[in-house]
Amino acid sequence: MKKLRLLAGGTLAAALLAGCATGPSPAEMDAKANQLIKSSFRDQGIAKTDRLAQDLGQAACSSDKAPDDATADKIMAEALFTVKWPAGGQFIGDWRTGERLAQDGRGMTWTDNSTDPKSNGGNCYNCHQIDKKEISYGTIGPSLWNYGKNRGITDPAAPATAPIVQYTWVKLWNSKAYSACSNMPRFGHKGLLDEQQLRDIMALLLDPKSPVNQ
Amino acid sequence: MRTRTLIGLATLALCTGAQAQKSAADGIAEYRKMLEDGNPAELFEAKGEALWSQKRGPKNASLEKCDLGQGPGVVKGAFVTLPRYFPDTQRVQDLESRLVTCMATLQGFDAAEIAKTPFGRGEMANVTALATWIAASSRGMRFNLPQGNAAERESYEVGKRAFFYRGGTHDFSCASCHGEEGKRIRLQDLPNLTKNPGDGIGFAAWPAYRVSNGQMWSMQLRLNDCFRQQRFPYPGFGSEVTIALATYMGVNAKGAESIAPAIKR
Repeated sequence: MKKLRLLAGGTLAAALLAGCATGPSPAEMDAKANQLIKSSFRDQGIAKTDRLAQDLGQAACSSDKAPDDATADKIMAEALFTVKWPAGGQFIGDWRTGERLAQDGRGMTWTDNSTDPKSNGGNCYNCHQIDKKEISYGTIGPSLWNYGKNRGITDPAAPATAPIVQYTWVKLWNSKAYSACSNMPRFGHKGLLDEQQLRDIMALLLDPKSPVNQ
Repeated sequence: MRTRTLIGLATLALCTGAQAQKSAADGIAEYRKMLEDGNPAELFEAKGEALWSQKRGPKNASLEKCDLGQGPGVVKGAFVTLPRYFPDTQRVQDLESRLVTCMATLQGFDAAEIAKTPFGRGEMANVTALATWIAASSRGMRFNLPQGNAAERESYEVGKRAFFYRGGTHDFSCASCHGEEGKRIRLQDLPNLTKNPGDGIGFAAWPAYRVSNGQMWSMQLRLNDCFRQQRFPYPGFGSEVTIALATYMGVNAKGAESIAPAIKR
């Protein structure tokens, strides 16, 4: 009882303090910021203002604090649900094309002409080390050198490797399935790369013949 | 100048090639050092200084009575206290939007027309040159943006939210690249802009001369191109978001020494 009263007293004091404060509340600031963000941008080429509309994950991952566990679980579950598996169960393409895509950072800016995945790159080296021969790589994501080799992949078509192959496909299709606020774009889900392009990047990572796994 | 740039680039390539990762940043720093005594930003500084006192525009007036926050005509020290609140416009303004206000009120230019002009063209190129000279006049001084006014505090709070705002086709926010220490895109070091990233880094380096494209880049253009690469739509020149982000970065950079105008790859 005593505890309850103290608690009530605390809440009252907090409410009074909030009432005395001259500035807007955090929630009011959120609303104001959202409105100012919307009004500050205009369409330019393929980059329209509808890109500012946030889905659950984008909104929940838009502060310096991570979302609560329930929200994070919901984001991940919804992301996993979006994943489309490749036609015919074909996960692996050509690592040479995959390397070209990994090098290519173009696509989807207002200076690009088309939103067709064929005109997009994968941006991979911007954030990841992949083939060690490429020394110009970013460090926002982990190193992917020996990605398949480290995971014991000698035949990506073998049933025993299915969990890793599928995990990698999901990661590329919708990275938020495994980490709600992952920094990585959702290449399949957002239509940034098509199925064949994803297969080629899969090959770069998982094909034993890929330079990544030497 | 051109030859020197090419030699610099060749040296940079050798450095990064031979010693690989660890020396990439050192190589770039060395390269910048080599160019320091020949920073082409000086040409823009000189142009800006001349523009300040030149009688121009429909009113045939100079900018010498322009108030950048330190009183009419005071240039030194203004750069390291912007963005700030201005009672006459009742807005928080950054250096470039404030310059446009002065060009409109003192010289009679059309502010909306200037804001629509592409970077590097017409009166927008003049705004950039003026900003370059005004920044240079505070070289070596330390950032100390005022936060005494409610609008200034609000600008910071909006800027912080804009900094973390995820959107677009790639789910990027400013924080995707600039929220952590010691990260890179390719070989480019990324300053952590959620805190003071150090003297002459991040907010304390722009305007800067870009060697890669031979252009003078103001902070407005720097932010504009960040948003382009973020795959966001186009931010208006002097829009609320751009000024709020500058307030956020400027307040976070409190105590950092300004080296603007810097030279960048």
